Amino acid sequence: MTQPTIPVPEPDEASKPFFDGAAAGRLMLMRCADCHTWRLPARQHCDVCLSDRYTWEASSGRGHVRTFGIMHQRYHPAFQVPYNVTVVELEEGPRLPTNLLDVANDEIRVGMPVEVVFERHEDVTLPRFRPIREL
Amino acid sequence: MGHPLRGAAAITGLGMTPMGRVYKSTNELAAEAVAKAIADAGLKKDEVDGLLINAGITGTTGGGLTLGLQNYLGLRNLRLLNHMNAAGSTAAQMVQYATMAIHAGMATHVVCVFADAPLKEGTSAGAAYGGAARNPQRPRGMAGLYAAAGYFGANTPYALAARRHMALYGTKQDHFGIIAVGQRRWASMNPLAQMREPITLEDYHNSRWIIEPLHLLDCCLVSNGAVAVIVSPARRASEMPQPPVYIHGMGQGHPGDSGRAGSEWETETGARFAAETAYRMAGVGPSDFTQCQIYDCYTYTVLVTLEDYGFCKKGEGGPFVEDGKLGPGGTLPTNTGGGELSAYYMWGMTPLSEAIIQGRGHGGERQVKNDLILVTGNGGSLSYHACLILSPHPA
Ligand SMILES: [Zn+2]
Repeated sequence: MTQPTIPVPEPDEASKPFFDGAAAGRLMLMRCADCHTWRLPARQHCDVCLSDRYTWEASSGRGHVRTFGIMHQRYHPAFQVPYNVTVVELEEGPRLPTNLLDVANDEIRVGMPVEVVFERHEDVTLPRFRPIREL
Repeated sequence: MGHPLRGAAAITGLGMTPMGRVYKSTNELAAEAVAKAIADAGLKKDEVDGLLINAGITGTTGGGLTLGLQNYLGLRNLRLLNHMNAAGSTAAQMVQYATMAIHAGMATHVVCVFADAPLKEGTSAGAAYGGAARNPQRPRGMAGLYAAAGYFGANTPYALAARRHMALYGTKQDHFGIIAVGQRRWASMNPLAQMREPITLEDYHNSRWIIEPLHLLDCCLVSNGAVAVIVSPARRASEMPQPPVYIHGMGQGHPGDSGRAGSEWETETGARFAAETAYRMAGVGPSDFTQCQIYDCYTYTVLVTLEDYGFCKKGEGGPFVEDGKLGPGGTLPTNTGGGELSAYYMWGMTPLSEAIIQGRGHGGERQVKNDLILVTGNGGSLSYHACLILSPHPA
């Protein structure tokens, strides 16, 4: 019997640099070429100045937990409840929905420093995060 | 001189269907509510010259109201017609646009109607709003990051918002629970309410987690049903059969979310500036309200909205509600019909319909002082917000 798999996005033309970057171990963001505001892909226009000129640049991959929830409702058979649903705010500013790895649900805190790790799912690589632990 | 819209119009008709597992089409539900509202207002159908329509979740998932409702209702030669959607803020917004149109001389009696029928026989309430999780298609592009993280349903963003408030301000699970318990006490006095069995704070804590920090009893119901409201010129209202409920003020606030550092969408809602507009129009402040009907898709929504209307300082919503002041016998009766948590979920029509019942003095054993009523609506994960200030007294 095969395990159900999580719903993995299918990259489209606009998001291809993001998913290609993830496969190569880089968290790629878009950055306005005029006002230099970072944004989460994929959108043609900067939401600050409405410029359509942009570059793709790699994020540091570091950020913090903006907020999180612990999901108990079984919406999809591939997700073992309870699991965390986390919004990470990157150092560059953009926030993204993700999951934290290597941390117990009751140890997650708002503001906790985290760093990106990449998780391969067949043909697509997804960014996940784990706490940055002081050595 | 007061604001020209202050007291310009009044709510003169209210029609409601039974709520809950009522298996009818949205057109049928809407027609039943509209017929009741027209009769309630003592009007003939051809006196209605405006129709504003709000489909609920079925507007997105299928089977929702469309502009075709005009012909289903057989309304001819309308001078005002639109199909509106700003999520849970739409009900208040429909009354706002009706008031402005009436004041501008564009229409006289405007029907504002909401109908929804997400509950299907043999399916759970949760399935009605689960959305993406059951989509067999592989999600395309960046939007797929949500499903890939197991970020499903309307519950998730509200859980994230509530968590942020707890982390910033020390808001406790008990604070949410006290809101749920108080509203259930109100619902026990409302014959229209779906959930009338009293609950304790212990019951609240024992109710299953949906997504921490939200228990089942933090989340609104899912209902089939319809509500229709008629807005008329204030000068006509006093000659109509029902006690008029005058519209003293209104406002909107839609803060937007940049999706990056700087956005505080979780804890600072558009209610802050909707309040400014509405208070200025009505010439009132938070201490003037004798009751509130606050959009309550989740317990947290009540708490954060009361903060943003200035009933207490930002972050102090938890301690503010702690003494049970929102419940029966409290100093700020709120959601006196049980709200969306315990009575029925008709989006923004839930708080609006209860405000009309209370404004008329028809609340029966749950009737409280009705001199000034705050009605709010929000939606889109706290993105959209609108309010009305209502009173049985002319401006
Ligand atoms: Zn820019």
